Amino acid sequence: MIDFSYAIWIPLVPFLVFAVLGLFGHYLKPRISGLLGTAGLLAAFILSLFVAYKYFFVVGKIDASGVVTDTYQKIIAFNQVWMHFTDKLHVDMGVLLDPISVMMLVVITTVSLMVHIYSIGYMHGEKGFERFFACLSLFSFSMLGLVIATNIFQMYIFWELVGVSSYSLISFYYWKDSAVSAGKKAFIVTRFADLGFLIGILLLSYTTGTFDFVTLTDINGPAIIQGSGIMFMGLSTMTWSLIFVFMGGAGKSAMFPLHIWLPDAMEGPTPVSALIHAATMVVAGVYLVARLFPIYAFSATAGLNVVAYVGGISSLLAAIIACTQFDIKRVLAYSTMSQIGYMMLALGVSGYGEEQGLGYMASMFHLFTHAMFKALLFLGAGAVIHAVHSNDMREMGGLRKFLPITHITFLIACLTIAGIPPFSAFWSKDEILTAAFHHDKILFAIEFFVAGLTAFYMFRLYFNVFWGKHIHYHHEPHESPFVMTGPLIFLAIASIFTGFIPFHSLVTSDGKEMASHLNLLIAGPSVLIGLIGIVTAYFLYKKETAIPDKVASSFKIFYRWAYNKFYFDELYLFVAKKIIFKRISTPVAWFDRHVVDGTMNSVSWVTNYISGSIKGFQSGQVQQYGFAFIMGAILLAVVFIYLWIH
Amino acid sequence: MSYLNLFVIVPLLTVLAILFTKGKKNAKVISAVGMSIQLILGIALIFMYLAERKVNPAPMLFTQDNLWYQSLNIHYFIGVDAISVSMICLTCIVIFAGVFASWQVDYLPREFFISLITLSSGVFGFFISLDLFTMFLFYEIAVIPMYILIGIWGSGPREYSAMKLTLMLMSGSALILVGLVGLYFNSAPNGGAYTFNVLEIAKVHIPIEMQRFLFPFLFMGFGVLGALFPFHTWSPDGHASAPTAVSMLHAGVLMKLGGYGAFRVAMVLLPEAATQLGWIFIILTTISVIYGAFGAVVQKDLKYINAYSSVSHCGMVLLAVLMLNKTAFNGAVLQMISHGIMCALFFALIGMIYGRTHTRMIDEMGGIMKVMPFLSVCYVLGGLASLGLPGFSGFVAEMNIFVGAFQNPGTFYRVCTLISCASIVITAVYILRVIGIMLLGQVKHEEHNHLTDAHWYERISAGTLVATLLIIGLVPLWLSNMIGNSLVPIAQKFLAVIH
Repeated sequence: MIDFSYAIWIPLVPFLVFAVLGLFGHYLKPRISGLLGTAGLLAAFILSLFVAYKYFFVVGKIDASGVVTDTYQKIIAFNQVWMHFTDKLHVDMGVLLDPISVMMLVVITTVSLMVHIYSIGYMHGEKGFERFFACLSLFSFSMLGLVIATNIFQMYIFWELVGVSSYSLISFYYWKDSAVSAGKKAFIVTRFADLGFLIGILLLSYTTGTFDFVTLTDINGPAIIQGSGIMFMGLSTMTWSLIFVFMGGAGKSAMFPLHIWLPDAMEGPTPVSALIHAATMVVAGVYLVARLFPIYAFSATAGLNVVAYVGGISSLLAAIIACTQFDIKRVLAYSTMSQIGYMMLALGVSGYGEEQGLGYMASMFHLFTHAMFKALLFLGAGAVIHAVHSNDMREMGGLRKFLPITHITFLIACLTIAGIPPFSAFWSKDEILTAAFHHDKILFAIEFFVAGLTAFYMFRLYFNVFWGKHIHYHHEPHESPFVMTGPLIFLAIASIFTGFIPFHSLVTSDGKEMASHLNLLIAGPSVLIGLIGIVTAYFLYKKETAIPDKVASSFKIFYRWAYNKFYFDELYLFVAKKIIFKRISTPVAWFDRHVVDGTMNSVSWVTNYISGSIKGFQSGQVQQYGFAFIMGAILLAVVFIYLWIH
Repeated sequence: MSYLNLFVIVPLLTVLAILFTKGKKNAKVISAVGMSIQLILGIALIFMYLAERKVNPAPMLFTQDNLWYQSLNIHYFIGVDAISVSMICLTCIVIFAGVFASWQVDYLPREFFISLITLSSGVFGFFISLDLFTMFLFYEIAVIPMYILIGIWGSGPREYSAMKLTLMLMSGSALILVGLVGLYFNSAPNGGAYTFNVLEIAKVHIPIEMQRFLFPFLFMGFGVLGALFPFHTWSPDGHASAPTAVSMLHAGVLMKLGGYGAFRVAMVLLPEAATQLGWIFIILTTISVIYGAFGAVVQKDLKYINAYSSVSHCGMVLLAVLMLNKTAFNGAVLQMISHGIMCALFFALIGMIYGRTHTRMIDEMGGIMKVMPFLSVCYVLGGLASLGLPGFSGFVAEMNIFVGAFQNPGTFYRVCTLISCASIVITAVYILRVIGIMLLGQVKHEEHNHLTDAHWYERISAGTLVATLLIIGLVPLWLSNMIGNSLVPIAQKFLAVIH
């Protein structure tokens, strides 16, 4: 064992930067705050690389007693009780190092660092520059805290923090109504999903009596051995709890049907989209399932099927919508959703250990490569938007001459996502398809088709933006400064070479090395369909033609559905506005004012009325009292006389 | 003489000092000084309590017992455990912030501060009392200045609201009084003198029929104060009409008297009835939680939004109190503190914003963030605390409640817990709605562009409250351990009753 406790500084440095920028940011010069934020992330990045090197290549396989094993160990580098609930249930703040968390540290700090550097150029001169960097640091802190969580409650805590920092960045341009409502939508939809997560945690902790990841996922541990618990509606409580937990993951990862916030989240500045809505936060759901994977695999296979199908449906749906959109960031957003669908699906079709765990490994592999090329795509899109001041690809064309570096890096990213060898996604996607093929032929067919669609819509975007029609721009677009192109080049190199990282020996479901080989029977056709997609896009969009419109009009109804994102937004609006606002809240408010309060008021009214009607008895007028006295006396006399007679 | 007496004496001295001075400015300066001393005393109390707790295992510390009225055996009996300590500190913080938030009261400032501080001394007295009669007396001391404050310094239909609030709280007190008298006459089953002493009554086993009779009176009586559905309607009107500091003190502290009383008197003294009849009130509190949240979603007036939000959050307190285990009790106390601070912050900010824009309607404002960044950021932080974001006290409290309540073996309890959990989503909806409409976006009225941000006294007021939210939220362990220690015997008592 080696002391990893310095790993706690990986999230803490961004947090300190956030605190400094948040409290004193507006006293600093913008340049200084940008550099401070970047420096913080640079420190975290270097530390993460160091931790990763130490973990993977030096001490990761040494267990607690100092024996070298063939398995990567889960190392608790730091743990501090934060909150006591009961004797068994307590929330700790700590650092858990295992292959996936170390991998995530590298992914997050890499992308975040690139985004920080890029933002110095992209956000130059914007109002709220220091606020932007403060929020970026807060986000990095939360995301890093999330991945190193030692227990599910710590994860939930950072999960929420990630949500709020994402909100603050989506609504960064807070004077724009669209940005405000996009942030609100993202927060509320994910909050709703988090309710599921919370319920899942409550159920899970109730059945297993622990929050601790190491105990929960120990395959010989009590949580898995004790099994499932009581049955409810045909599924065990364990399965239910994991399905609820997955709901939280699906919300953050924008999986169908909780995906509607992601496209709107593109209202945020583009570097934010690259960091949060492409590379890091949206894969939190995948990470969550991966983190709890053993318990899914052993105690809740039904839950895994849910994961697989949700992933499959999301990837198909998103890919279809992506083919019809014109806003380049929205195309990328749907593409993200589609790729995350791949990762979810890969987890869903995976088993535990040995060759069974291929899907798990593929999912993590794809997560890694996707983070690189998707961040590249977004940052490239940002450079394009920066140059032409528009998001709409119909207003672009022929940009390859003006933005040579952006063009080349973007092309690399497009080839990568299309799964063309030897770029990185070819390797990871191939593993996913293989895993799906062995598990479920329907899912395989869907993913195979989606691979073609992906190549098609990405190259539709590529040809539209960089080739296609020539447009007269008001200001001639020019290449971005080096602070922006530098990260593009770095990420392009990463996109090319990360495919050669031997993931099968580093990140596997059980921590042991697994055999991996290229399955030509699957790789061949998948490359082929990718090429078909590219070629189709080439003929349709290389030059401006009327064919795309014709195709669109021949599938008119379907096209309109897809263009309108299958009307999910309208559905949610209906639920929010018509049902929650009109049918629940307004009646509740009315009921409260008129029925509940009305009852209280009527009690006082009745009291007033009665006292008003009897107050005449105490007028204070002696004549009246005398009159009443005499009348009373006479009345009594009459009664007595009457009684006396009878 | 016990240290605790100071908590009643300092406010009274402050009131006397205001009485004997002249001038508008002096009143507020004296109040600020007095309440700052009170705040220091409160913080010192925590340290003294923690130090004393290490050596003294008695349930109540710093006790003092003086016979007050012999023939009825009424005592001035005071003492604190961790629950009262935290409530006292809460009151110190809120009244401190409240004084600074009402720095600009122009109309009869001396009388205003006198009433306000008298009110607070009643609250302090309530929290240190261990004799039911004294407790009740202090409670009434707190209610009357409330009526005066709303009636004279209020806005809108203030006479109506003041009357409504006072009458409803008084009817609550009537119910409580019945319960207290019932407890008193059952306090000596084996002969001997009847007593109002909380510790003595807790030792006595009151016959179960009697418990079942008294419990609804007490719980409902305190429930009125804690805004239990359907007795909460004084809260929206009352808050809307009350001046800023009164809203703060009322939502921040007075509503906590309900939760505190329901726990300390109704639950602890009548444990069997609480386990048997608890389900009725669990249903009512669950309704409160959800109903209050939904009610807040469509309101347009900031104060109404907060009043309904308070119904929801205070419902959570009463729900937790009924869940009969240590974690949930702990959550209840934390939620009282958290909600107290949060609500005080909201009402303070609303008062400050209203003082500038002269409207409380959210759709008449917009882009406040641009004009008043400090106040807006504080409002956002308060909002995040309210929707239970980690890092703020609300999260700690709510999670204690949810996890604690969910550990209950009964399915009924757990279903009610899950239903209440849904409030975290609805809360997010109405908080973000306010933030989105009022703080963000474009400035709607041209004249709003020229408004100023917070003054120094407003910064003190809001800053103190935000800092408290953050301190509890970031390092909750010491507080929850401190409270938890005091809850252990109570939780064991309930455990024994259930089995």
